Amino acid sequence: MPRVSYTAPATVDEAVKALAGAAGLAKVLSGGTDLLVQLKSGRLAPELIVDMKRIPEMIGIREEGEFFVIGAATPGVMLSAHERLEHAFPGIVEGVDLIGSTQIQGRASIAGNLCNASPAADSVPPVIAARATAVIAGPNGRREVAVEAIVIGPGRTSLAKGEFVVEFKVPKPKPRQCDAYLRFIPRTEMDIAVVGCAVNVTLDAGGTCIDARVVLGAVAPTQLIVDEAAQALIGHKLDADTLAKLDLAAQRACKPITDKRGTIEYRIKIAGVLARRAAAIAFERAAARA
Amino acid sequence: MSKHHVTTNINGEPVEFLCEAQQTMLDVLRDELHLTGSKEGCGSGDCGACSVILDGKVVCSCLMLGVEAEGRKVITIEGIAQGDKLHPVQQKFLEHAALQCGFCTPGLIVAAKALLDENLNPTEEETRYWLAGNLCRCTGYDKVIRAVLDAAAVMRGEPGASVST
Ligand SMILES: Cc1cc2nc3c(=O)[nH]c(=O)nc-3n(C[C@H](O)[C@H](O)[C@H](O)COP(=O)(O)OP(=O)(O)OC[C@H]3O[C@@H](n4cnc5c(N)ncnc54)[C@H](O)[C@@H]3O)c2cc1C
Ligand code: FES
Ligand code: FES
Repeated sequence: MPRVSYTAPATVDEAVKALAGAAGLAKVLSGGTDLLVQLKSGRLAPELIVDMKRIPEMIGIREEGEFFVIGAATPGVMLSAHERLEHAFPGIVEGVDLIGSTQIQGRASIAGNLCNASPAADSVPPVIAARATAVIAGPNGRREVAVEAIVIGPGRTSLAKGEFVVEFKVPKPKPRQCDAYLRFIPRTEMDIAVVGCAVNVTLDAGGTCIDARVVLGAVAPTQLIVDEAAQALIGHKLDADTLAKLDLAAQRACKPITDKRGTIEYRIKIAGVLARRAAAIAFERAAARA
Repeated sequence: MSKHHVTTNINGEPVEFLCEAQQTMLDVLRDELHLTGSKEGCGSGDCGACSVILDGKVVCSCLMLGVEAEGRKVITIEGIAQGDKLHPVQQKFLEHAALQCGFCTPGLIVAAKALLDENLNPTEEETRYWLAGNLCRCTGYDKVIRAVLDAAAVMRGEPGASVST
């Protein structure tokens, strides 16, 4: 790896100062499972690495009133071990759990998954489907944005120079609200999504959907919130007609590419299938809640 | 650029070393500390040959910086046996002939130990998923899985499988 400087600040303010003080490229380090691969391949040659894992508020999961607050650098293994989060958002934990191997899970964070800005990032669709926000710190103080506002294209984010994600705020589920995430890969483990789909639904006491978000991954330059697919669900139970409309809406939203993992036609078809299957799981989970 | 002075704990012993920021933990283990049991198969997180246990969690040392070890506890393959006494996973790898060239073996044993530290009663499926990030190009995975499940049985105090050698 090329020469680089390293600092591990203890507070968010120190991290802001370190990033602002760097003359050249400074990169934030959470788990390093993307960043170190990119440094080694020579794709990136930063002057400074700012390690966020020593900042207490950036690691771990807290409950603050109506929110789960997830420290940006929290590794996947801590998220899957958090029983209340897993109960509230099994879909988020499913997305996180799909990232890499056990070893990768020991380090990989949601913030890194998001800010690496791959269209195929597995934890991002369910986090967006949960209407989570990200708290961002930078030279001009803190701001809070919807998670979907961060990725603007493959490898590109809306974060300004010196800005980084401190934490995610996920509103706790309402009664009979639940989610699910499914991805399709050609093998059973250790591959990148051909398509990913998160569905988050809220049902009324009779099982009719009253709110929904459907988010697709790996079928466009960024994650897609498919409003038409949500509209296909809202006001309905999950009958054959609703499923057919959901499938069609998901297919229509896709703007995929052809690569070694799948053709455009294949990805579009799979997006519809995954939307139906993820919706079925989310409805079943939501209905099982009092 | 000045070197970083890192104070850490490796295999239960306090250890200090100097490293440059861009050196990975795997570089430090192998090149500075001469703990060459951890292997570099890919250097990109795919093969698991470099697996170490960092504060109780198995990670790829090739995707960790040496400086990150400051104040942490690291366990490498060299720390799995207790003196001359092999860990049950090591013993069972021998009995089941769960290795051929042996390049993947340190990583597999470290990852398997981390599994059994958390769960002494894993199912075969759980074991296969847990070890999915450890690639082996010679042995095939079946003997490895048998060895780990058998080690788990022994660690639970059961007799374990008798393997003809
Ligand atoms: C073998 C292997 C398998 C993988 N499999 C998958 C998979 O199946 N699915 C998947 O989605 N991904 C996969 N990945 C990619 C990677 O593990 C994930 O994207 C992971 O979530 C990245 O998190 P990290 O904490 O390691 O990020 P890092 O590598 O630390 O950072 C990634 C990027 O985000 C930036 N960043 C990190 N934290 C912040 C922050 N707080 N604020 C702003 N920017 C930040 C960094 O500067 C860098 O640009 C895999 C990687 C490997 C090596
Ligand atoms: S050398 Fe680290 S995973 Fe292959
Ligand atoms: S024994 Fe040769 S790679 Fe596993």
